[in-house]
Amino acid sequence: MSVKTAGTRTAGATLQAIVPPRLWRDRSLLIGAIVVVVVFVAGPLGMNSYWLQASTVAIVYALIAGGAGLLVGRVGLYSLCQIALTAAGSWMALRLGFGTSLPFPVIILLSGAFSAVLGIIIGLPSLWVSGLALALLTLMGASAITLVLTVIHFPNGGDGILGYSETGQGAPALARPLIGETTDGYFRYVLVVAAIVFLIVWLHLKSRPGRSWAAIRQSPASAQAAGVNITLYRVWAFLLASFIAGVAGGLLAATGGIYITQFPVQDSIILLAAVLMAGAYSLWGAVLAALLMKFIGAAFSIWNVPPGLLLMLFGAGILQSLLQSPTGIFGQLSTDLPKLWRRIRRGHRPAEEGRA
Amino acid sequence: MIEIRELTVQFGAVRSLNEVTFEFPMGTCGLIGPNGAGKTTFFNALSGFVKPKTGSVRVFGTELVGMRAYRRARWGVRRTFQTEQAIQELSVFDNVRMVHEQSASGGKGRIAAIGRAIEFVGLASVANKPVGTLSAGERRLVELARAVVGSPKLVLLDEPAAGLPDEETRELSGLIRRIPEEHGALTILVDHDMDLVSSCCSTTAVLDFGRLVAVGPTSEVLRDQRVIRAYLGDEEVAS
Repeated sequence: MSVKTAGTRTAGATLQAIVPPRLWRDRSLLIGAIVVVVVFVAGPLGMNSYWLQASTVAIVYALIAGGAGLLVGRVGLYSLCQIALTAAGSWMALRLGFGTSLPFPVIILLSGAFSAVLGIIIGLPSLWVSGLALALLTLMGASAITLVLTVIHFPNGGDGILGYSETGQGAPALARPLIGETTDGYFRYVLVVAAIVFLIVWLHLKSRPGRSWAAIRQSPASAQAAGVNITLYRVWAFLLASFIAGVAGGLLAATGGIYITQFPVQDSIILLAAVLMAGAYSLWGAVLAALLMKFIGAAFSIWNVPPGLLLMLFGAGILQSLLQSPTGIFGQLSTDLPKLWRRIRRGHRPAEEGRA
Repeated sequence: MIEIRELTVQFGAVRSLNEVTFEFPMGTCGLIGPNGAGKTTFFNALSGFVKPKTGSVRVFGTELVGMRAYRRARWGVRRTFQTEQAIQELSVFDNVRMVHEQSASGGKGRIAAIGRAIEFVGLASVANKPVGTLSAGERRLVELARAVVGSPKLVLLDEPAAGLPDEETRELSGLIRRIPEEHGALTILVDHDMDLVSSCCSTTAVLDFGRLVAVGPTSEVLRDQRVIRAYLGDEEVAS
């Protein structure tokens, strides 16, 4: 028995050899830190204000995609309300920004908390249903949020609990923090916040919640048989993803004037498509999804390409993922690039191998 | 020991388990029967996945009926499934840790317990490899390690050798026999492989159409005419 052989080989293996390396020695953490530092320093260089703004928005969308990817890729829950929860976060951030003198980070955290509460309410059906039924229920929840926000409008400095005035000044943006007042500064500010949020998600994935989510995605029955409280961990996942969407909404509110038309319900579907195409099983997949969604969208608007083409492109991407690479583009890259690298290092030539 | 008293599980008009009553002593015990006899339903009732209509299940004096599924697992009921359930993207170590951290306190004791379970099944050399890269036999052993980690009281093994070649099945049977002594858990084995059941189980119960047909020492039970009839049918036995 091959397994027995393995056991015999390592009869004297010490406990030390079995224990995995410490989290801080994880290679993906180091790569992530390097990427953040490089983008922080060099990111704004050579970009005009249009692309810098687009990049800032792309980072915010990477957060939203990270939350969606967490739900789909890690827990197996299909949620279509992340964009609506982002809009709710923006609403709360603007309301607090115009109505109070709270510091920017506190506003962002409270926006996250507001969306987290909404997310738990919308995600409650996940305790009983999953798959398509959950997707439809969350889509209805997203429609409800969008409808309410359409009626009450985003705050523009008016009085009352809604903070909206018909005679107000259009859609003023949330005041940025002092260190992020310039476009460059805010790009870097958003990058740091995104890095912190991704670190929190990464720590979740590498610890007990992440392992419990993986067990639930594998099989809820098997997870229960292992002692996983699936109610707790499903609510936890919804809470975290919704909190992230709320934080993203708060950050977005300071990028410029916010209108409800920026958060169409169908964007949640496009987001899910982008996440599945880019790779729902990896945080890098979320970053890639946001880049695809926002940069291709920004490029299309410059080239006057109809935005509907983006949907067709993502549809083709999902088809490719389903047929060729269930782990998405990033999953495929992370498998293929090391292989390619090994071949290059060995000077490997497939044609010669074929002849041999 | 485990005491089953008048356990009845009903789905609509169908009684999958019908007033089943028997006891298993500490050790490795077998549960056999033809397809549809109610073996997996019995495991599901013990795991808390189905609610019995009537009856009680007491394990070492603790009543399990009424306890939620995940709480039973934390109390010490562990099981494997007919289909593979080890999580492909997690390492062997993390698969076993996932089970242990749900039910026990942390600290150095946890690492040692996980290490013992992995060494028990002989996977120490691949402890940090993702389960998805292992062979089918190794993946089965990961599930066994998950079942025995920590301090299980009752281990339910649902066809653990399904699909394994004879040699691997023999070695798996050696591990199953060692569970009660080394991990202190009463082990119940469901399998269609009679050689495996004979080699592992001191006591065996037989179910057929949800009813208990026989229970007793395995060698006697396997010679019982009622058991042979349940497996082969009346006509085959007569001919």
